[in-house]
Amino acid sequence: MSGGAALEVEGLGKTYVVPVREAGVRAALASLFRRETKSVVAVGAIDFRVASGEVVGFLGPNGAGKTTTLKMLSGLLYPSAGRARVLGFEPWARERDFLRRITLVMGQRNQLVWDIPVADSLERNRAIYGIEATRYRRTLDELVALLDLGELLQRPVRNLSLGERMKAELAVALVHEPQVLFLDEPTIGVDVTMQRRIREFLAGYNRRTGATILLTSHYMADVEALCRRVIVIHHGALLFDGQLAALVAGFASHKTVTVELAEPRGDLSSYGEVVSRDDLRTVLRVPKADTPRLTARLLADLPVLDLKVEDPPIEEVIERVFAGAPAP
Amino acid sequence: MSFLRELYLAFWRVAIAIELQYRASSAIWLLGVVVEPVIYLAVWSAVAEAQGGEIGGFGPHEFAAYYLVLTLVNQVTQGWHMWEFQFRVQQGQFSFLLLRPVHPIHGDLAENLAHKAVMQVVLLPVLGALALVFAPRFDADPWSLALFLPALALAFALRFVVEWTLALACFWTTRIMAVNQTYFAVLFFLSGRVAPVELLPEYVRFAADALPFRWMIAFPVELALGRLSPAQIATGFAAQSVWLAVAALGLTALWPRALRRFSAVGT
Repeated sequence: MSGGAALEVEGLGKTYVVPVREAGVRAALASLFRRETKSVVAVGAIDFRVASGEVVGFLGPNGAGKTTTLKMLSGLLYPSAGRARVLGFEPWARERDFLRRITLVMGQRNQLVWDIPVADSLERNRAIYGIEATRYRRTLDELVALLDLGELLQRPVRNLSLGERMKAELAVALVHEPQVLFLDEPTIGVDVTMQRRIREFLAGYNRRTGATILLTSHYMADVEALCRRVIVIHHGALLFDGQLAALVAGFASHKTVTVELAEPRGDLSSYGEVVSRDDLRTVLRVPKADTPRLTARLLADLPVLDLKVEDPPIEEVIERVFAGAPAP
Repeated sequence: MSFLRELYLAFWRVAIAIELQYRASSAIWLLGVVVEPVIYLAVWSAVAEAQGGEIGGFGPHEFAAYYLVLTLVNQVTQGWHMWEFQFRVQQGQFSFLLLRPVHPIHGDLAENLAHKAVMQVVLLPVLGALALVFAPRFDADPWSLALFLPALALAFALRFVVEWTLALACFWTTRIMAVNQTYFAVLFFLSGRVAPVELLPEYVRFAADALPFRWMIAFPVELALGRLSPAQIATGFAAQSVWLAVAALGLTALWPRALRRFSAVGT
């Protein structure tokens, strides 16, 4: 495997063996003597590479295998098949030099110590990662400024709001200046303003440090703001890997055309599917291939004041990808 | 070395901060630690009185000495990782411990020591007060007493490593409670808590000598009371060392397998 790539994944797969039994007493008794198990494929055989400094959105519905992949790449899970290199290390060998260079942030959980101030959790991580005092001071000052932690540092974690806790968690997870960040739903459950702050922080962090980021999120705003490239995974298999713009181009079968007229002209349904309409403004959904012809017709036929052609919302595109709908 | 020193200092500071947060629960925990031996002390003293003043060389004052020292030794050597591991696995907290570039045993050891240190502030005065009430009688030579601390340290190390290793069972079974209950039941009978080992029937004594439990608690107590011959003391230290080596080897061998087995329950 060559240099330049922070993550290299080849045929990586994880199959869990889980016990199964029917409901009911009879099945419970039977399972005492004969335990039946079945294999559940969490991740099939996936391949991808992420260049150093890239920010990649890792998308998929619940249960697609995103978290399992992140856990394999951060050395928490042994894969059932395939190989991976993160910064040149095999993650599950769990070498110290590897663990020192990565971080995994899970939006649903945190590593902060519940009963004591955030500052103590930070100090503990300083010792765990053996961060030299001046470097620690500098990194901490930066994180405090960028995440606006200020007085939060002295408050016990249990007294923080969900959004504040996420900010604190990010600081704790980044105080050792990792080169690779695995972020699993880093904005889950926090309000829109806090989501934006976290997004801005992550974008800035990437610019400043050149760290590689692999991020999962159900909020498309996160993905749009941070990731030019996305990898889409579903049922453990890779569905798409490429530029976000290409995903939209490839999977959006329709465009949204918003037309504003100088005077009311009644129904415009002969031009396309009417999504919404008030006096002078109509939103149409038109097949992508027909868009140039239809906009030309609109401009020729009607007293158009303004006309806007847009891709559909990214959520809609992703939904189509998950539904397995091919590009028209 | 300075890395480990800083690491332990940091863990220690956090652990002490947590201990101080939980003063009330620590006090209740301590009550449990003290009440059990006091009950056995009362029961055995009553039995000794009924038997004409003593059983097997233990009168009420010897029992007092035995159970007061046992309270200290039990408190110093005890751990709670066997309970904590199940919680960690179920809650997915192990993931965070495994993301760190240091072995999780360091944090646990530091936390354990911090708890013990904080609790001594209360435990020692309580034991002092109990000593005034029960008037313990000690018969130890100075050199037996001098050996008490090394024996206590080895007992702590042995119990800590054995329990941490057994706790790894939670990677194979989600029902670690059964393992815990069995371990603590055997520990209870063979470690001298229910009665001094020398008062137990011969076959039980044999089991107590052959297994590690006696060396985790009873041995330092017997040493402090001056009830052991030089040969018995040498045997005790040898048993502690051998069992500690066995447990450490077991831990070293099991840990990589446990890691491999770990499949991040509670994803």
